[in-house]
Amino acid sequence: MSIDASWYLTLAAALFTIGVVGLLVRRNVLVMFMCIELMLNAANLTFVTYARALDDVGGQVAVFFVLVVAAAEVVVGLGIIVAIFRRKVGATADDAHVMKG
Amino acid sequence: MIHAAFLIPILPLAGFAVLFSLGRRLGNPLAGWLATAMVAASFVVTVIVFVALFQQAPAHREFTQSWFTWFGAGRLRVGAGILVDPLSMTMAAFITGVSSLIHLYSIGYMKHDEQFPKFFTYLNLFVFAMLMLVLADNFVLSFFGWEGVGVCSYFLIAFWFERDEAASAGKKAMIFNRIGDAGFLVALFLIFERTGSFEYTTVFSRLGHVGTPSLVAIALLLFLGAVGKSAQIPLFPWLADAMAGPTPVSALIHAATMVTAGVYLMCRINPILHLTPDAAHVIAWVGAVTAFVGATSACAQNDIKKVLAYSTVSQLGYMFLAAGSGAYVAAIFLMLTHAFYKALLFLGSGSVIHAMDEDQDIKNMGGLARLMPITGVTFLIGWFSIAGVPPFSGFWSKGDVLQNAWAVTPALWVIGAVSALLTAYYMGREYFLVFLGERRWTEARPVADGHGKELGHGLHPHDPSWHMSLPLVVLATLAALGGFIDLPFHPNLVFLERWLDPVVGPSLLQTHFSVGQEWLFSVVDAVIAVTGVLVAASVWRASSSRPALEPRFLFMAWFVDRGEDRLVARTSTALANFTATVVESRIVDGAVNGVADLTRWSGERLRRIQSGYVRNYALGLVAGLVVLVAYVLVRVGS
Amino acid sequence: MTGSTAILASMAAHLLAAGGIAMPRIDYTAILPELILLGGMLVLVLVSSLSPRPLPTEAYATATVGIGIASLVASLVLWRDVSDHGPFTAVARAVNVDGFGVLFLVLVSCILVVAPLLAAGHLRREGVGGCEYYVLALISGSGAMFMATANDLVLIFLALEILSIPLYILAGFDHLRESSGEAAMKYFVLGAFSSAIFVYGIALTYGATGSTNLAQIAAFLARNVVTSDGVLLGGLALLLVGFAFKVAAVPFHMWTPDVYQGSPTPATGFMASMAKAGGFAALLRVFVTTFPTLRGTWQPAIWVIAVLTLVLGAVVALVQSDVKRMLAYSSINHAGFVLLGLQAATARGVAGSVFYLFTYSFLVLGSFAVVSAVGGKGDERHGLERYRGLGRRQPALAVTFAVLLLAQAGAPFTTGFFAKFYVVEAAVSAHSYALAAVAMGTAAVAAFFYLRLVFLMFSDVGRTIPTHEGAATGGTPTDTLEMPSAGGVATLVAAPVAALVEVAEPDPAIVAVSPWVAAGLVLCVATTLVFGVWPQPLVDFAHQATLII
Repeated sequence: MSIDASWYLTLAAALFTIGVVGLLVRRNVLVMFMCIELMLNAANLTFVTYARALDDVGGQVAVFFVLVVAAAEVVVGLGIIVAIFRRKVGATADDAHVMKG
Repeated sequence: MIHAAFLIPILPLAGFAVLFSLGRRLGNPLAGWLATAMVAASFVVTVIVFVALFQQAPAHREFTQSWFTWFGAGRLRVGAGILVDPLSMTMAAFITGVSSLIHLYSIGYMKHDEQFPKFFTYLNLFVFAMLMLVLADNFVLSFFGWEGVGVCSYFLIAFWFERDEAASAGKKAMIFNRIGDAGFLVALFLIFERTGSFEYTTVFSRLGHVGTPSLVAIALLLFLGAVGKSAQIPLFPWLADAMAGPTPVSALIHAATMVTAGVYLMCRINPILHLTPDAAHVIAWVGAVTAFVGATSACAQNDIKKVLAYSTVSQLGYMFLAAGSGAYVAAIFLMLTHAFYKALLFLGSGSVIHAMDEDQDIKNMGGLARLMPITGVTFLIGWFSIAGVPPFSGFWSKGDVLQNAWAVTPALWVIGAVSALLTAYYMGREYFLVFLGERRWTEARPVADGHGKELGHGLHPHDPSWHMSLPLVVLATLAALGGFIDLPFHPNLVFLERWLDPVVGPSLLQTHFSVGQEWLFSVVDAVIAVTGVLVAASVWRASSSRPALEPRFLFMAWFVDRGEDRLVARTSTALANFTATVVESRIVDGAVNGVADLTRWSGERLRRIQSGYVRNYALGLVAGLVVLVAYVLVRVGS
Repeated sequence: MTGSTAILASMAAHLLAAGGIAMPRIDYTAILPELILLGGMLVLVLVSSLSPRPLPTEAYATATVGIGIASLVASLVLWRDVSDHGPFTAVARAVNVDGFGVLFLVLVSCILVVAPLLAAGHLRREGVGGCEYYVLALISGSGAMFMATANDLVLIFLALEILSIPLYILAGFDHLRESSGEAAMKYFVLGAFSSAIFVYGIALTYGATGSTNLAQIAAFLARNVVTSDGVLLGGLALLLVGFAFKVAAVPFHMWTPDVYQGSPTPATGFMASMAKAGGFAALLRVFVTTFPTLRGTWQPAIWVIAVLTLVLGAVVALVQSDVKRMLAYSSINHAGFVLLGLQAATARGVAGSVFYLFTYSFLVLGSFAVVSAVGGKGDERHGLERYRGLGRRQPALAVTFAVLLLAQAGAPFTTGFFAKFYVVEAAVSAHSYALAAVAMGTAAVAAFFYLRLVFLMFSDVGRTIPTHEGAATGGTPTDTLEMPSAGGVATLVAAPVAALVEVAEPDPAIVAVSPWVAAGLVLCVATTLVFGVWPQPLVDFAHQATLII
């Protein structure tokens, strides 16, 4: 039995929404970052689904690029997070609010 | 060779650029020499282009050199380019020529000034702006030059800004000029609106499609600009005050070149004036009345430069009289000769002022001719030229103006002739009081000490150094012989008229005087001039004070300045006070402050959104996202 | 490890065998400017790791300027190609070499010529030499270039990341300063968030149109009248969010003030010019050329965003007391002006936006460089009061800043005036009268806070400065660099630079300006004034770029 493409798309949309909401409600920077990964993967799932539905390889290729970018973001993001939180152990994203207004 | 024309304005501009950045380092006198060299080089180029133009057939003496599109928007295209034709080249030739001489003179005159390089920086910038004004191929670029010379004039009048009178004179010149410039600016809009172009040639070719009322408005608005720039009634008081600037500035800007820009403009728009005889009449009458008022005012001045200032006002009046009569050649002719003799007179007065250690009161002078022979003789030539004594240049040029005025209406001729008599008289008065008669100063210290300076070294009047003498001699030669470029009596002798014919020919006033009548005019002119000289001699040879002949009314220049001050300045000050206290503070300020307070208040509210928490920022982003998606989904639904 | 490689290899082989992917022919000349930047960047890294002792930051700055000039030349050569032979696509139609794109190549090259000069002084003062800053700037520049020339949404996404990731690092470059780290963290989290939204938008667009190639999408939309496809319009909305974040349009702007304030000041200038150039290039291309058929949907959205951006930027800038923060909000206001051209969606509008970006880049680079100098060692003193009396203490610096601020305010005889003029004119000719009126109103508000700063600089308080700011710069004379005293033309060029250069005196009120920064500032002011008096070449440049679109 083949599952209709719309199921995958709905799943992807749900993942995306979970990512967005997670980013909004969590305070740990690492978890926030995981939520972003979740959103990226939602996009990937959408790409793959459409690629299959359209019988077009382009969407699958796009996934590779997104993965590479995600990896690059992780590298830089972790670097930044480590650089900041070396100063304050156990800090959350909310602790960084010197600048406002 | 005509293609070298772009160098004419560029050279002084380059001089300005170098002096602006390095003037201080070049110092005194190198900065002056550089400035002079640049202007002189420009003069050489002008002569070359002039000759090249002369070699063309008369019908082909018009070249437009487009440099680049300056700016554009919609159908508006304003180019930067120059128009090389007999009129612009005549102007460029005398501007660069006279400027070179005055630059040279200034090297001597400003020798002891601390701001020496700055002076030449402004002077070079002025020459550039003036050349752009006359060479521009469109109204906007001319206006650029027009404003440029105005700014330079302001800087140079107020050059000694630590003196109150100089600072306020600069301001006054600026304000009076702004009034005129407003007219010019409105005229520009009108021209573009009616013809769709700013270029002289295009505008003039489309005049047929423009209604007469618009043309009259354009002509009169441009004339308003000219009235401000060229110190005509009622905007002339600034010119007398402008004498607070250094004397070379008075000679260059306030006699020879800038103040004649209005006359140039009138000649340039001759196709418009030709179609609007009513506007032309207004110009002629304003000119004639100004000539008379200026001449009478000059009769009662005691400041050596103020006599010349009012004389300039009067002479400019003659030029407008000519332009308004349709005698454009006569206007240009008088402009040229006036540039020679008035520059000469100003420079002569400059060396007198130097010799008298900055005292400018002619009542404190006398007997200088023997001590300063070069200055005395050249000044005498200047006097005879402006008075119109044959065969000096003024005789020919003023004669040309008067003759054309007669052709329009004898009334104009009468005013002009009376003014001519006065001209010969007031210059005679000045000459006798300064150079002849008894010495009213002592070598130990001068009688009056207007500026409260320490004057311990005594007075030893003598002719100035060669930098200053050479321009005097050259200008005296030109003032004496300049009349021969356009002689009446025979059609082959009107060189200037034939040269300018391609530009002004079609609009020129046609006079039909027989040779006998022309001789008659000449004789009458000569008699008037000689009478004026003799009257001056009989009155001022022996005495230095004749209160009856120097009424306060004329000393105050018909109270025009004070009248305008009372009428316009004070009422507008009162109005301004009213506006400031009532309208401004209660109504406008209320509104403005209200808006400002509201803005500030909302700013303070809005900045609170910026909480500093990254999650809140993400929330803002998501909120925007949700609204956007909701919006597109609504679009999909509908 | 080997297992996964094997799997990847077999997958690739499978794909190739299936004929789904053919290796595209790569036209290297078409992407030469980008290659020059990346190649130059590699050389910098190599040199810095091989050199036995650390090279001075000025050496790297000079090298970067050289790389910038090289890419500028390459871009101009491309410009001539495009003018002569028309636009073309390269690298499997993923790169679009047309007037519009090449113009941005030129702009990015220009930024890379000026920015290193302006950064050198800061990096030396803060003791963070080394090649890293320049390397990151070059990578970021190549990203902006790819964004401008990309013809494929996936490539735009990649370019966006290549542009952004170095900027995250640059924001946190002053790792000893707490606010710098905070800026980096905020920029990174929000940037990654918006990228994720953006890429999901790409996925939806791909699903709705069957392609990620801009030309194919446009062709698809031209064939099929889709005005009510939820997936497509949703994708479009998500794309817009991604772009709007990058160019700091309200309400996706909230990172801007904090990041601009916290970043090292020259990096702020660089990020403001580079991210806006890249972001707007792609935004204009995607919306104006790819989705013109959906104009009825996106134009109203842009209209609202433009109004919010204009108003919020100007109004909140008004109440700032920190100059960096004030300039950050003012940059939001500027983004609103650029959006005016997009909203018009006409050739004239695009030309206006391009002109605005071109002129704004120099203004913002120069402004932040002045702020960097005035901020002094530590890069922390950016209060408005710091500027009181600058005109008396350091006239050349104050005049420079005044010119740049007045240009930002849109004063005549500066490029800023024509920039505002052309976008507003485009809005009016597209009948967006209300938007044009709002823009003019906010320009008036903006003029107030620019002029306030100018007046503050020239208000007369002698050389005094609030005491609590005094101590830090005292007694730290920086290296002196003798200006060459060559005569003639060289001196003419050097004179304004020399006037700007200031070696910090023991007087704490005097701030140091290195010759490098001075040279960069002179470039910024020169472009501002020269093209302010004679804008036509730049206008023609911008217009040609959009005609070839």
